[in-house]
Amino acid sequence: MTTDITIADLDHTYPGATTPTLRRVTLEVPAGTRTAVLGPSGSGKSTLLSIVAGLSTPTGGDVRLAGHSVLRQPPHRRDLGVVFQRPLLFPHLTVAENVAFGLRMRGTDRAAIQRRVAELLDAVALPGYGERRSGELSGGQQQRVALARALAARPGVLLLDEPFSALDPQLRGDMRALLTELHRREGSTTLFVTHDRDEATDVADTVTVLLGGRVAQHAPPADLFRRPATLAVARFLGGAGNAIPGTASAGHFDCPLGRLRLDTDHRGAGLLLIRPAAIVVGDQQGENVVSATITAVTDRGTHLDIQATSAGVTLQLTTGPAAPLRPGDDTHLWLPPAHLSVVTP
Amino acid sequence: MTEARRPRRPLGAALTRPTVLVLTGLWVAGPLLPLAVQAFTDQWFYPDLWPNRWSLAGWEQALGPQSRLAEAVATSIGIGAAVAVLATALGAAAGRALAWYRLPGRRLIELVLLAPVLVPPFAVAMGAQIVYLRAGLADSLTGVILAQLPAATAYATLLMSGVWAGVDPALERQARTLGAGAWRAFREVSLPQLRGGLLVAAMFAFLISWSDYLLTLLIGGGVVTTVPLLLFATAAGSGNQAATAAIALVAVAPPLLLTALAARRLAGRDTALLGVGR
Repeated sequence: MTTDITIADLDHTYPGATTPTLRRVTLEVPAGTRTAVLGPSGSGKSTLLSIVAGLSTPTGGDVRLAGHSVLRQPPHRRDLGVVFQRPLLFPHLTVAENVAFGLRMRGTDRAAIQRRVAELLDAVALPGYGERRSGELSGGQQQRVALARALAARPGVLLLDEPFSALDPQLRGDMRALLTELHRREGSTTLFVTHDRDEATDVADTVTVLLGGRVAQHAPPADLFRRPATLAVARFLGGAGNAIPGTASAGHFDCPLGRLRLDTDHRGAGLLLIRPAAIVVGDQQGENVVSATITAVTDRGTHLDIQATSAGVTLQLTTGPAAPLRPGDDTHLWLPPAHLSVVTP
Repeated sequence: MTEARRPRRPLGAALTRPTVLVLTGLWVAGPLLPLAVQAFTDQWFYPDLWPNRWSLAGWEQALGPQSRLAEAVATSIGIGAAVAVLATALGAAAGRALAWYRLPGRRLIELVLLAPVLVPPFAVAMGAQIVYLRAGLADSLTGVILAQLPAATAYATLLMSGVWAGVDPALERQARTLGAGAWRAFREVSLPQLRGGLLVAAMFAFLISWSDYLLTLLIGGGVVTTVPLLLFATAAGSGNQAATAAIALVAVAPPLLLTALAARRLAGRDTALLGVGR
């Protein structure tokens, strides 16, 4: 059973605060999908999650689960599971009792609880850990138990607040894979909050970038990098290295590099953005190819960081580690139209 | 193996600890020893170091048919139990608020809670008597329980705020998201972690009630006779030292017993449980 989440015009200002934490946040998470809310610390993303969970009350707007407003419902009536950054396992209970907690609160009978707990401990790769205490587990194991516990009662919605941020980088990768796998099995509509863009793009099918309490962009992960909606989004995603001023018109962008073909809704003065890794070095001729001179090459081992100038514009690009490029070389750069975007300066 | 790593202490230091322990023990238990002897003799005169005749006459009198000791013990236990339950419940609620929420004037509240320790009990008792007389609560069990409650609650609150500070509020929030209502989340998640603290708080409250003399005398108006009241009356009225000693032993027994039990329960635990000031 899954539930769609609708967040409509959500406003929140903490008591005594002068600036709002959330401003007119609107977000739709279709049933059974995974959306990541990505933002730096202080962007209001945890507040957003805590409002959906029912642990905070917003100052304005609405939250609907399966079409029904839940703002007047206390958290325990909202049919959701939440995993926080800390595992928050109940210290006086065993692992199995922790996982069973939500089912017990709903009055599920014993045999069914046992079956479901065993099934979930298998699913999070902790079979036979049921009788242990939370203190005997590692951080990653504890967070897996927390995941199992949140999903035990088959909630329509799974909320995750920086669930893997406290774990080792290597463990984080495993946990992302586990989360994707669990989502495939259980199907709960998943909304999760993170400051880690790799985590967001790895796990989610749609990413909402939250900056300063506003939704700055809502798009599939690839679009986010290819077509950042604003300069701020591009900066936050680390893609504002090449920002070339010019003028946009239908299908074109005029700048010192010449007339470049691209697809944009932007009109008038703007900044052209292209990620360093999207620029193709080669001898091809044709549209969107500019001649350039290499000015610097830095070998990073896995790739080369290259600086080039073309018509007085400095471009950053990266190539594979074996590219035969030296400072002073004249070359051609292709700026693929699909990777060009224009934002307001 | 820890023995080997421990640096050798000089002889003086090694002897200091046992000496201090024995002296402290004597200082605390010393006054009780003559009581224990006196309760079992009817002849013990100065300057004899030891009584020359043993007898159970004191106990016969203390426990005999005219004695009101059994009744006084029952009254004391009843009042003590009521005070313990009420003070612990109130203390647990107030302690949660103090430990978990940023209350305005929190320092002031903590100071007020210490007031029963700081303010001379006589002043409080005299004022309380007037209030309880006017309220029609004087000369009754209810009145005595209500009068003893503030001091006991203050202790329980200070103690419980320390215990609550060690409980993570996020755990109850987590329980709420798993389908537990507010009360259920408290019962299922926080309460099991408070158990030791609640026991100690109840014990303290009981002991405060058990040993109270002044408030019980003034508010109870002689109608409510607890063990301390009976003890004073016997000591002052009968001059029967053996009976007085026997009653005194009865009065001393529960505190010693409860302290021993609590010490066993708390042995090896976080002593911060008793660290009232955190």
